[in-house]
Amino acid sequence: MADDAIVEVRGVGKTYEGGVEALANVNLSFPPSQLSTLLGPSGCGKTTLLKIIAGLIPPGAGEVWVKGARVHGPGPERAFVFQDFALLPWANVLRNVAFGLELRGVPPAERNEIARRHIAEVGLGGFESSYPNQLSGGMKQRVGLARALTVDADIILMDEPFSSVDEQTRRKFQEELLVLLRNKRKTVIFVTHSIEEAAYLSDQIVLLTPRPGTVSRIIRPGMERSKSPDEIRRDQRYLDAVDEIWQILKHHVA
Amino acid sequence: MTLFGWKLPMVFSIAIWFAAWELVGWMGITTMIPPFSRVIEAGITILPTAKFATAATVSLRSFAIGMALALAIGIPLGFLMARVRALGRILGMWVNIFVSAPISALVPILMAVVGIGESTVVVTVFLFAVFVIVLDTQIGVAHADRSLVEMAHSFGARRDQVYTKVLILSALPEILAGVRLGTIRGVKGVVIGQLLVAIIGVGELFELYSQHFLMEEFWALVVLVFLFAFAVSEAIAALERRVEYYASAR
Repeated sequence: MADDAIVEVRGVGKTYEGGVEALANVNLSFPPSQLSTLLGPSGCGKTTLLKIIAGLIPPGAGEVWVKGARVHGPGPERAFVFQDFALLPWANVLRNVAFGLELRGVPPAERNEIARRHIAEVGLGGFESSYPNQLSGGMKQRVGLARALTVDADIILMDEPFSSVDEQTRRKFQEELLVLLRNKRKTVIFVTHSIEEAAYLSDQIVLLTPRPGTVSRIIRPGMERSKSPDEIRRDQRYLDAVDEIWQILKHHVA
Repeated sequence: MTLFGWKLPMVFSIAIWFAAWELVGWMGITTMIPPFSRVIEAGITILPTAKFATAATVSLRSFAIGMALALAIGIPLGFLMARVRALGRILGMWVNIFVSAPISALVPILMAVVGIGESTVVVTVFLFAVFVIVLDTQIGVAHADRSLVEMAHSFGARRDQVYTKVLILSALPEILAGVRLGTIRGVKGVVIGQLLVAIIGVGELFELYSQHFLMEEFWALVVLVFLFAFAVSEAIAALERRVEYYASAR
Protein backbone atom coordinates (compact mmCIF):
# COMPACT_ATOMS: atom_id res chain seq x y z
CA MET A 1 0.00 0.00 0.00
CA ALA A 2 1.39 3.39 -0.97
CA ASP A 3 2.48 5.53 1.95
CA ASP A 4 1.35 8.76 0.39
CA ALA A 5 -2.19 7.58 -0.42
CA ILE A 6 -4.93 10.04 0.59
CA VAL A 7 -7.67 7.39 0.45
CA GLU A 8 -7.12 3.73 1.25
CA VAL A 9 -9.60 0.91 0.90
CA ARG A 10 -8.61 -2.16 2.91
CA GLY A 11 -10.32 -5.51 2.41
CA VAL A 12 -13.73 -3.95 1.80
CA GLY A 13 -16.65 -6.28 1.16
CA LYS A 14 -20.39 -5.64 1.03
CA THR A 15 -23.28 -8.06 0.90
CA TYR A 16 -26.76 -6.59 0.54
CA GLU A 17 -29.87 -7.88 2.27
CA GLY A 18 -31.05 -10.87 0.30
CA GLY A 19 -27.50 -12.20 -0.13
CA VAL A 20 -26.32 -10.26 -3.20
CA GLU A 21 -22.56 -9.90 -2.84
CA ALA A 22 -21.76 -6.47 -4.30
CA LEU A 23 -18.08 -6.27 -3.35
CA ALA A 24 -15.51 -8.77 -2.09
CA ASN A 25 -12.07 -8.03 -0.63
CA VAL A 26 -11.35 -4.77 -2.43
CA ASN A 27 -7.92 -3.24 -1.70
CA LEU A 28 -7.11 0.09 -3.30
CA SER A 29 -5.09 3.21 -2.69
CA PHE A 30 -5.74 6.59 -4.24
CA PRO A 31 -2.84 9.02 -4.64
CA PRO A 32 -3.47 12.68 -3.76
CA SER A 33 -4.18 15.30 -6.45
CA GLN A 34 -4.88 12.64 -9.05
CA LEU A 35 -7.98 11.57 -10.88
CA SER A 36 -8.85 7.91 -10.44
CA THR A 37 -11.78 6.22 -12.12
CA LEU A 38 -13.70 3.17 -10.99
CA LEU A 39 -14.70 1.49 -14.22
CA GLY A 40 -16.75 -1.59 -14.87
CA PRO A 41 -20.00 -2.95 -16.27
CA SER A 42 -23.22 -2.44 -14.35
CA GLY A 43 -23.47 -4.67 -11.29
CA CYS A 44 -19.74 -4.52 -10.49
CA GLY A 45 -20.40 -2.53 -7.30
CA LYS A 46 -18.55 0.61 -8.39
CA THR A 47 -21.20 2.99 -7.06
CA THR A 48 -21.41 0.93 -3.85
CA LEU A 49 -17.64 1.27 -3.42
CA LEU A 50 -17.80 5.04 -4.00
CA LYS A 51 -20.60 5.42 -1.45
CA ILE A 52 -18.63 3.36 1.08
CA ILE A 53 -15.67 5.72 0.58
CA ALA A 54 -18.09 8.64 1.00
CA GLY A 55 -19.32 7.13 4.27
CA LEU A 56 -22.90 6.96 2.98
CA ILE A 57 -22.98 3.15 3.14
CA PRO A 58 -21.19 1.22 5.90
CA PRO A 59 -18.89 -1.53 4.55
CA GLY A 60 -19.85 -5.11 5.43
CA ALA A 61 -16.18 -6.03 5.86
CA GLY A 62 -12.89 -4.15 5.88
CA GLU A 63 -12.30 -0.46 6.36
CA VAL A 64 -11.70 2.82 4.54
CA TRP A 65 -9.05 5.30 5.63
CA VAL A 66 -9.03 8.92 4.50
CA LYS A 67 -6.10 11.22 5.33
CA GLY A 68 -4.96 8.85 8.04
CA ALA A 69 -8.31 8.48 9.81
CA ARG A 70 -10.78 5.64 9.59
CA VAL A 71 -14.08 6.51 7.90
CA HIS A 72 -17.23 6.15 10.00
CA GLY A 73 -19.48 8.41 7.94
CA PRO A 74 -19.40 11.46 5.69
CA GLY A 75 -16.73 14.05 6.47
CA PRO A 76 -15.83 17.60 5.45
CA GLU A 77 -12.74 16.46 3.52
CA ARG A 78 -14.96 14.58 1.04
CA ALA A 79 -17.67 16.01 -1.25
CA PHE A 80 -20.03 14.00 -3.44
CA VAL A 81 -21.38 14.73 -6.91
CA PHE A 82 -24.52 12.72 -7.60
CA GLN A 83 -25.58 10.90 -10.75
CA ASP A 84 -29.12 12.30 -10.54
CA PHE A 85 -27.77 15.75 -9.49
CA ALA A 86 -29.75 15.72 -6.18
CA LEU A 87 -30.60 19.41 -6.37
CA LEU A 88 -33.25 20.89 -4.10
CA PRO A 89 -36.11 21.70 -6.53
CA TRP A 90 -37.44 24.48 -4.28
CA ALA A 91 -34.11 26.30 -4.05
CA ASN A 92 -32.40 28.43 -6.69
CA VAL A 93 -28.89 27.78 -8.01
CA LEU A 94 -27.27 30.04 -5.43
CA ARG A 95 -28.92 28.33 -2.48
CA ASN A 96 -28.25 24.86 -3.91
CA VAL A 97 -24.55 25.63 -4.37
CA ALA A 98 -24.31 27.13 -0.89
CA PHE A 99 -26.27 24.26 0.70
CA GLY A 100 -23.19 22.46 2.08
CA LEU A 101 -22.10 25.66 3.81
CA GLU A 102 -25.67 26.35 4.98
CA LEU A 103 -25.65 22.96 6.74
CA ARG A 104 -22.38 23.92 8.42
CA GLY A 105 -23.93 27.12 9.75
CA VAL A 106 -21.88 29.57 7.65
CA PRO A 107 -23.66 32.99 7.71
CA PRO A 108 -25.67 33.80 4.53
CA ALA A 109 -23.55 36.71 3.28
CA GLU A 110 -20.34 34.71 3.52
CA ARG A 111 -21.67 31.47 2.03
CA ASN A 112 -23.38 33.29 -0.86
CA GLU A 113 -20.18 35.06 -1.74
CA ILE A 114 -18.23 31.78 -1.80
CA ALA A 115 -21.03 30.10 -3.78
CA ARG A 116 -21.10 32.92 -6.37
CA ARG A 117 -17.39 32.46 -6.98
CA HIS A 118 -17.81 28.74 -7.67
CA ILE A 119 -20.90 29.27 -9.81
CA ALA A 120 -18.81 31.53 -12.04
CA GLU A 121 -16.01 28.95 -12.03
CA VAL A 122 -18.22 26.19 -13.45
CA GLY A 123 -19.53 28.59 -16.09
CA LEU A 124 -22.98 29.29 -14.64
CA GLY A 125 -22.53 32.99 -13.90
CA GLY A 126 -25.87 34.75 -14.40
CA PHE A 127 -27.95 31.70 -13.44
CA GLU A 128 -27.74 32.28 -9.67
CA SER A 129 -31.46 32.86 -9.26
CA SER A 130 -32.63 30.15 -11.71
CA TYR A 131 -34.37 27.05 -10.38
CA PRO A 132 -33.24 23.50 -11.22
CA ASN A 133 -36.28 22.79 -13.45
CA GLN A 134 -35.21 25.73 -15.64
CA LEU A 135 -31.76 24.19 -16.30
CA SER A 136 -30.57 21.54 -18.75
CA GLY A 137 -29.00 18.29 -17.50
CA GLY A 138 -25.49 19.58 -18.14
CA MET A 139 -26.19 22.80 -16.25
CA LYS A 140 -27.70 20.88 -13.34
CA GLN A 141 -24.54 18.83 -13.04
CA ARG A 142 -22.47 22.01 -13.08
CA VAL A 143 -24.53 23.11 -10.08
CA GLY A 144 -23.76 19.74 -8.43
CA LEU A 145 -20.05 20.24 -9.09
CA ALA A 146 -20.10 23.84 -7.82
CA ARG A 147 -21.81 22.64 -4.63
CA ALA A 148 -19.03 20.09 -4.10
CA LEU A 149 -16.33 22.71 -4.73
CA THR A 150 -17.95 25.22 -2.38
CA VAL A 151 -17.29 23.13 0.75
CA ASP A 152 -13.59 23.07 -0.21
CA ALA A 153 -13.11 19.33 0.26
CA ASP A 154 -9.78 17.80 -0.77
CA ILE A 155 -11.49 14.78 -2.23
CA ILE A 156 -14.30 14.95 -4.80
CA LEU A 157 -16.30 11.78 -5.29
CA MET A 158 -18.27 11.69 -8.55
CA ASP A 159 -20.88 9.04 -9.28
CA GLU A 160 -21.39 8.80 -13.06
CA PRO A 161 -21.81 12.57 -13.22
CA PHE A 162 -22.21 12.68 -16.99
CA SER A 163 -24.51 9.72 -17.52
CA SER A 164 -27.65 11.85 -17.86
CA VAL A 165 -25.97 14.44 -20.05
CA ASP A 166 -25.95 14.40 -23.86
CA GLU A 167 -22.73 13.49 -25.72
CA GLN A 168 -21.69 16.98 -26.88
CA THR A 169 -22.28 18.54 -23.48
CA ARG A 170 -20.42 15.65 -21.96
CA ARG A 171 -17.24 16.22 -24.00
CA LYS A 172 -17.15 19.91 -23.22
CA PHE A 173 -17.81 19.23 -19.56
CA GLN A 174 -15.05 16.60 -19.38
CA GLU A 175 -12.52 18.98 -20.86
CA GLU A 176 -13.46 21.77 -18.49
CA LEU A 177 -13.49 19.38 -15.54
CA LEU A 178 -9.93 18.27 -16.25
CA VAL A 179 -8.65 21.83 -16.33
CA LEU A 180 -10.61 22.92 -13.26
CA LEU A 181 -9.71 20.00 -11.00
CA ARG A 182 -6.07 19.96 -12.01
CA ASN A 183 -5.73 23.64 -11.23
CA LYS A 184 -7.25 23.03 -7.83
CA ARG A 185 -5.08 19.97 -7.08
CA LYS A 186 -8.15 18.02 -5.99
CA THR A 187 -8.13 14.27 -5.53
CA VAL A 188 -10.97 12.92 -7.64
CA ILE A 189 -12.55 9.48 -7.54
CA PHE A 190 -14.84 9.10 -10.48
CA VAL A 191 -17.29 6.29 -11.27
CA THR A 192 -18.11 5.60 -14.90
CA HIS A 193 -19.09 2.83 -17.28
CA SER A 194 -17.61 4.65 -20.27
CA ILE A 195 -14.21 3.29 -21.31
CA GLU A 196 -13.36 6.40 -23.36
CA GLU A 197 -14.29 8.66 -20.47
CA ALA A 198 -12.08 6.69 -18.07
CA ALA A 199 -9.11 6.59 -20.45
CA TYR A 200 -9.47 10.27 -21.27
CA LEU A 201 -9.83 11.62 -17.75
CA SER A 202 -7.79 9.35 -15.54
CA ASP A 203 -4.36 9.16 -14.03
CA GLN A 204 -5.38 5.78 -12.63
CA ILE A 205 -8.10 3.45 -13.85
CA VAL A 206 -9.43 0.79 -11.50
CA LEU A 207 -11.12 -1.99 -13.45
CA LEU A 208 -13.80 -3.80 -11.51
CA THR A 209 -15.37 -7.08 -12.56
CA PRO A 210 -18.85 -8.08 -11.43
CA ARG A 211 -20.58 -10.59 -9.14
CA PRO A 212 -18.99 -10.04 -6.70
CA GLY A 213 -17.19 -6.77 -7.48
CA THR A 214 -13.44 -7.25 -7.28
CA VAL A 215 -10.46 -5.30 -8.61
CA SER A 216 -9.39 -6.93 -11.84
CA ARG A 217 -6.61 -4.56 -12.98
CA ILE A 218 -5.23 -1.10 -12.34
CA ILE A 219 -4.14 0.81 -15.44
CA ARG A 220 -2.18 4.05 -15.57
CA PRO A 221 -2.47 5.52 -19.09
CA GLY A 222 0.36 7.99 -18.36
CA MET A 223 -0.78 10.77 -20.67
CA GLU A 224 0.89 14.15 -20.51
CA ARG A 225 -1.74 16.47 -19.16
CA SER A 226 -0.18 19.49 -20.76
CA LYS A 227 -1.56 18.32 -24.09
CA SER A 228 -4.74 19.74 -25.54
CA PRO A 229 -7.94 17.64 -25.36
CA ASP A 230 -7.81 16.88 -29.09
CA GLU A 231 -4.19 15.76 -28.86
CA ILE A 232 -5.04 13.45 -25.96
CA ARG A 233 -7.78 11.83 -28.01
CA ARG A 234 -5.25 11.04 -30.75
CA ASP A 235 -2.45 10.01 -28.35
CA GLN A 236 -1.29 6.41 -28.81
CA ARG A 237 -1.31 5.85 -25.03
CA TYR A 238 -4.97 6.91 -24.88
CA LEU A 239 -5.86 4.52 -27.71
CA ASP A 240 -3.85 1.70 -26.12
CA ALA A 241 -5.56 2.21 -22.77
CA VAL A 242 -9.01 2.08 -24.39
CA ASP A 243 -8.07 -1.13 -26.20
CA GLU A 244 -6.52 -2.77 -23.11
CA ILE A 245 -9.60 -2.01 -21.01
CA TRP A 246 -11.95 -3.39 -23.64
CA GLN A 247 -9.92 -6.61 -23.94
CA ILE A 248 -10.38 -7.22 -20.21
CA LEU A 249 -13.96 -6.07 -19.85
CA LYS A 250 -15.44 -7.84 -22.86
CA HIS A 251 -15.23 -11.19 -21.05
CA HIS A 252 -17.58 -9.84 -18.38
CA VAL A 253 -20.23 -8.37 -20.60
CA ALA A 254 -23.21 -10.64 -21.02
CA MET B 1 -68.28 27.39 -20.89
CA THR B 2 -69.85 27.79 -24.33
CA LEU B 3 -73.57 27.78 -25.04
CA PHE B 4 -74.94 27.93 -28.61
CA GLY B 5 -71.55 29.21 -29.71
CA TRP B 6 -71.52 31.99 -27.09
CA LYS B 7 -68.64 32.16 -24.65
CA LEU B 8 -70.00 32.57 -21.16
CA PRO B 9 -68.17 33.40 -17.96
CA MET B 10 -68.26 30.90 -15.05
CA VAL B 11 -70.41 33.28 -13.02
CA PHE B 12 -73.17 32.64 -15.54
CA SER B 13 -73.56 29.02 -14.43
CA ILE B 14 -74.07 30.18 -10.86
CA ALA B 15 -76.53 32.81 -12.10
CA ILE B 16 -78.57 30.14 -13.91
CA TRP B 17 -78.77 28.06 -10.75
CA PHE B 18 -79.95 31.00 -8.71
CA ALA B 19 -82.51 31.91 -11.37
CA ALA B 20 -83.86 28.35 -11.33
CA TRP B 21 -83.99 28.43 -7.54
CA GLU B 22 -85.84 31.76 -7.67
CA LEU B 23 -88.36 30.33 -10.14
CA VAL B 24 -89.00 27.17 -8.10
CA GLY B 25 -89.43 29.37 -5.03
CA TRP B 26 -92.06 31.55 -6.70
CA MET B 27 -93.96 28.54 -8.07
CA GLY B 28 -94.63 27.65 -4.45
CA ILE B 29 -94.19 23.88 -4.95
CA THR B 30 -93.02 23.45 -1.39
CA THR B 31 -92.62 25.74 1.59
CA MET B 32 -89.18 24.16 2.08
CA ILE B 33 -87.79 26.15 -0.85
CA PRO B 34 -88.38 29.89 -0.62
CA PRO B 35 -87.24 32.14 -3.52
CA PHE B 36 -83.51 32.84 -3.56
CA SER B 37 -84.00 36.60 -3.24
CA ARG B 38 -85.85 36.04 0.04
CA VAL B 39 -82.95 33.88 1.25
CA ILE B 40 -80.54 36.71 0.47
CA GLU B 41 -82.79 39.13 2.33
CA ALA B 42 -82.91 36.80 5.33
CA GLY B 43 -79.13 36.48 5.17
CA ILE B 44 -78.75 40.26 5.27
CA THR B 45 -81.11 40.41 8.24
CA ILE B 46 -79.45 37.70 10.33
CA LEU B 47 -75.81 38.67 9.65
CA PRO B 48 -75.73 41.71 11.99
CA THR B 49 -77.69 40.05 14.84
CA ALA B 50 -76.00 39.25 18.13
CA LYS B 51 -77.34 35.69 17.96
CA PHE B 52 -75.55 35.08 14.67
CA ALA B 53 -72.35 36.70 15.95
CA THR B 54 -72.34 34.42 19.00
CA ALA B 55 -73.06 31.33 16.90
CA ALA B 56 -70.33 32.23 14.41
CA THR B 57 -67.80 32.93 17.19
CA VAL B 58 -68.53 29.65 18.97
CA SER B 59 -68.40 27.69 15.71
CA LEU B 60 -65.18 29.31 14.49
CA ARG B 61 -63.58 28.75 17.88
CA SER B 62 -64.43 25.03 17.90
CA PHE B 63 -63.27 24.77 14.30
CA ALA B 64 -59.98 26.59 14.97
CA ILE B 65 -59.14 24.57 18.10
CA GLY B 66 -60.08 21.26 16.45
CA MET B 67 -58.07 22.06 13.33
CA ALA B 68 -55.07 23.29 15.34
CA LEU B 69 -55.04 19.99 17.24
CA ALA B 70 -55.44 17.99 14.03
CA LEU B 71 -52.46 19.81 12.45
CA ALA B 72 -50.29 19.70 15.59
CA ILE B 73 -50.83 15.97 16.01
CA GLY B 74 -51.49 14.85 12.42
CA ILE B 75 -48.38 16.23 10.71
CA PRO B 76 -45.80 15.00 13.28
CA LEU B 77 -47.57 11.62 13.47
CA GLY B 78 -47.47 11.29 9.69
CA PHE B 79 -43.74 12.09 9.80
CA LEU B 80 -43.09 9.48 12.48
CA MET B 81 -45.09 6.85 10.64
CA ALA B 82 -43.07 7.45 7.48
CA ARG B 83 -39.69 7.46 9.26
CA VAL B 84 -40.25 4.68 11.82
CA ARG B 85 -41.27 1.68 9.77
CA ALA B 86 -42.69 -0.35 12.67
CA LEU B 87 -44.93 2.54 13.76
CA GLY B 88 -46.11 3.01 10.19
CA ARG B 89 -47.17 -0.62 10.01
CA ILE B 90 -48.92 -0.66 13.38
CA LEU B 91 -50.84 2.61 12.97
CA GLY B 92 -51.20 2.55 9.17
CA MET B 93 -54.08 0.10 9.24
CA TRP B 94 -56.03 2.17 11.79
CA VAL B 95 -55.47 5.44 9.97
CA ASN B 96 -56.70 3.84 6.77
CA ILE B 97 -59.82 2.50 8.49
CA PHE B 98 -60.63 5.80 10.18
CA VAL B 99 -59.98 7.93 7.12
CA SER B 100 -62.93 6.25 5.40
CA ALA B 101 -65.04 5.54 8.50
CA PRO B 102 -68.29 7.48 9.10
CA ILE B 103 -67.02 9.53 12.04
CA SER B 104 -70.44 11.15 12.54
CA ALA B 105 -71.68 7.84 13.93
CA LEU B 106 -69.20 8.27 16.78
CA VAL B 107 -70.44 11.71 17.83
CA PRO B 108 -73.25 10.41 20.12
CA ILE B 109 -70.64 8.29 21.93
CA LEU B 110 -68.38 11.35 22.16
CA MET B 111 -71.23 13.26 23.78
CA ALA B 112 -71.47 10.58 26.43
CA VAL B 113 -67.71 10.61 27.04
CA VAL B 114 -66.70 14.27 26.59
CA GLY B 115 -70.02 15.83 27.61
CA ILE B 116 -72.56 17.80 25.62
CA GLY B 117 -70.92 21.06 24.66
CA GLU B 118 -68.13 22.76 22.82
CA SER B 119 -65.51 20.13 23.62
CA THR B 120 -67.55 17.48 21.78
CA VAL B 121 -67.54 19.69 18.71
CA VAL B 122 -63.80 20.27 19.02
CA VAL B 123 -63.18 16.51 19.21
CA THR B 124 -65.51 15.96 16.23
CA VAL B 125 -63.62 18.50 14.10
CA PHE B 126 -60.34 16.87 15.17
CA LEU B 127 -61.51 13.37 14.26
CA PHE B 128 -62.94 14.50 10.94
CA ALA B 129 -59.72 16.25 9.93
CA VAL B 130 -56.80 14.39 11.48
CA PHE B 131 -56.71 11.09 9.60
CA VAL B 132 -56.42 12.45 6.08
CA ILE B 133 -53.67 14.82 7.30
CA VAL B 134 -51.75 11.91 8.83
CA LEU B 135 -52.15 9.81 5.70
CA ASP B 136 -51.06 12.49 3.22
CA THR B 137 -48.10 13.56 5.37
CA GLN B 138 -46.97 9.96 5.64
CA ILE B 139 -47.18 9.47 1.87
CA GLY B 140 -45.37 12.76 1.20
CA VAL B 141 -42.49 11.97 3.56
CA ALA B 142 -42.22 8.32 2.49
CA HIS B 143 -41.99 9.37 -1.16
CA ALA B 144 -39.56 12.22 -0.50
CA ASP B 145 -36.59 12.06 -2.85
CA ARG B 146 -34.14 9.64 -1.19
CA SER B 147 -31.19 11.01 -3.06
CA LEU B 148 -31.87 14.47 -1.55
CA VAL B 149 -31.67 12.89 1.90
CA GLU B 150 -28.45 11.11 0.91
CA MET B 151 -27.08 14.38 -0.48
CA ALA B 152 -27.83 16.17 2.80
CA HIS B 153 -26.06 13.37 4.72
CA SER B 154 -23.03 13.56 2.42
CA PHE B 155 -22.67 17.26 3.27
CA GLY B 156 -22.78 16.45 6.96
CA ALA B 157 -26.41 17.32 7.76
CA ARG B 158 -27.52 16.61 11.32
CA ARG B 159 -30.72 14.63 11.83
CA ASP B 160 -32.77 17.76 12.57
CA GLN B 161 -31.39 19.46 9.46
CA VAL B 162 -32.50 16.53 7.30
CA TYR B 163 -36.03 17.13 8.61
CA THR B 164 -36.18 20.91 8.46
CA LYS B 165 -34.15 21.52 5.31
CA VAL B 166 -35.10 18.51 3.16
CA LEU B 167 -37.99 16.29 4.29
CA ILE B 168 -40.58 18.95 5.24
CA LEU B 169 -40.07 20.92 2.03
CA SER B 170 -39.94 17.79 -0.08
CA ALA B 171 -43.24 16.56 1.37
CA LEU B 172 -44.89 19.99 1.37
CA PRO B 173 -47.18 19.44 -1.67
CA GLU B 174 -48.66 16.27 -0.14
CA ILE B 175 -48.87 17.81 3.34
CA LEU B 176 -50.77 20.81 1.94
CA ALA B 177 -53.15 18.54 0.01
CA GLY B 178 -53.81 16.72 3.29
CA VAL B 179 -54.35 20.00 5.12
CA ARG B 180 -56.84 21.18 2.48
CA LEU B 181 -58.81 17.93 2.57
CA GLY B 182 -58.61 17.93 6.37
CA THR B 183 -59.92 21.49 6.53
CA ILE B 184 -62.91 20.69 4.31
CA ARG B 185 -63.68 17.71 6.52
CA GLY B 186 -63.20 19.94 9.57
CA VAL B 187 -65.97 22.28 8.34
CA LYS B 188 -68.26 19.27 8.00
CA GLY B 189 -67.17 18.18 11.46
CA VAL B 190 -68.12 21.48 13.08
CA VAL B 191 -71.58 21.50 11.45
CA ILE B 192 -72.34 17.84 12.12
CA GLY B 193 -70.97 18.05 15.66
CA GLN B 194 -73.08 21.11 16.46
CA LEU B 195 -76.19 19.69 14.79
CA LEU B 196 -75.95 16.58 16.91
CA VAL B 197 -75.18 18.51 20.07
CA ALA B 198 -77.84 21.02 18.95
CA ILE B 199 -77.42 23.57 21.72
CA ILE B 200 -74.45 25.62 20.52
CA GLY B 201 -73.18 27.61 17.61
CA VAL B 202 -74.38 27.31 14.04
CA GLY B 203 -75.90 23.91 14.87
CA GLU B 204 -78.22 25.57 17.38
CA LEU B 205 -79.31 28.10 14.74
CA PHE B 206 -79.93 25.32 12.21
CA GLU B 207 -82.11 23.53 14.77
CA LEU B 208 -83.94 26.71 15.66
CA TYR B 209 -84.69 27.67 12.07
CA SER B 210 -85.75 24.23 10.89
CA GLN B 211 -88.00 23.57 13.89
CA HIS B 212 -89.80 26.88 13.36
CA PHE B 213 -89.91 26.46 9.58
CA LEU B 214 -87.85 29.61 9.08
CA MET B 215 -86.70 28.27 5.71
CA GLU B 216 -85.38 31.59 4.42
CA GLU B 217 -83.07 31.96 7.41
CA PHE B 218 -82.21 28.27 7.24
CA TRP B 219 -81.08 28.47 3.62
CA ALA B 220 -79.23 31.73 4.25
CA LEU B 221 -77.21 29.92 6.92
CA VAL B 222 -76.54 27.00 4.57
CA VAL B 223 -75.23 29.41 1.93
CA LEU B 224 -73.01 31.14 4.50
CA VAL B 225 -71.48 27.85 5.70
CA PHE B 226 -70.91 26.82 2.07
CA LEU B 227 -69.20 30.11 1.32
CA PHE B 228 -66.98 29.75 4.38
CA ALA B 229 -65.89 26.21 3.47
CA PHE B 230 -65.27 27.27 -0.12
CA ALA B 231 -63.22 30.31 0.89
CA VAL B 232 -61.03 28.34 3.29
CA SER B 233 -60.44 25.57 0.77
CA GLU B 234 -59.63 28.06 -2.01
CA ALA B 235 -57.18 29.89 0.25
CA ILE B 236 -55.24 26.67 0.89
CA ALA B 237 -55.49 25.70 -2.78
CA ALA B 238 -53.92 29.03 -3.72
CA LEU B 239 -51.04 28.26 -1.34
CA GLU B 240 -50.75 24.79 -2.88
CA ARG B 241 -50.46 26.16 -6.39
CA ARG B 242 -47.47 28.20 -5.31
CA VAL B 243 -45.82 25.06 -3.97
CA GLU B 244 -46.84 22.96 -7.00
CA TYR B 245 -44.45 25.04 -9.05
CA TYR B 246 -41.54 23.46 -7.22
CA ALA B 247 -43.20 20.06 -7.03
CA SER B 248 -43.36 19.88 -10.82
CA ALA B 249 -39.58 19.68 -10.89
CA ARG B 250 -39.37 16.59 -8.70
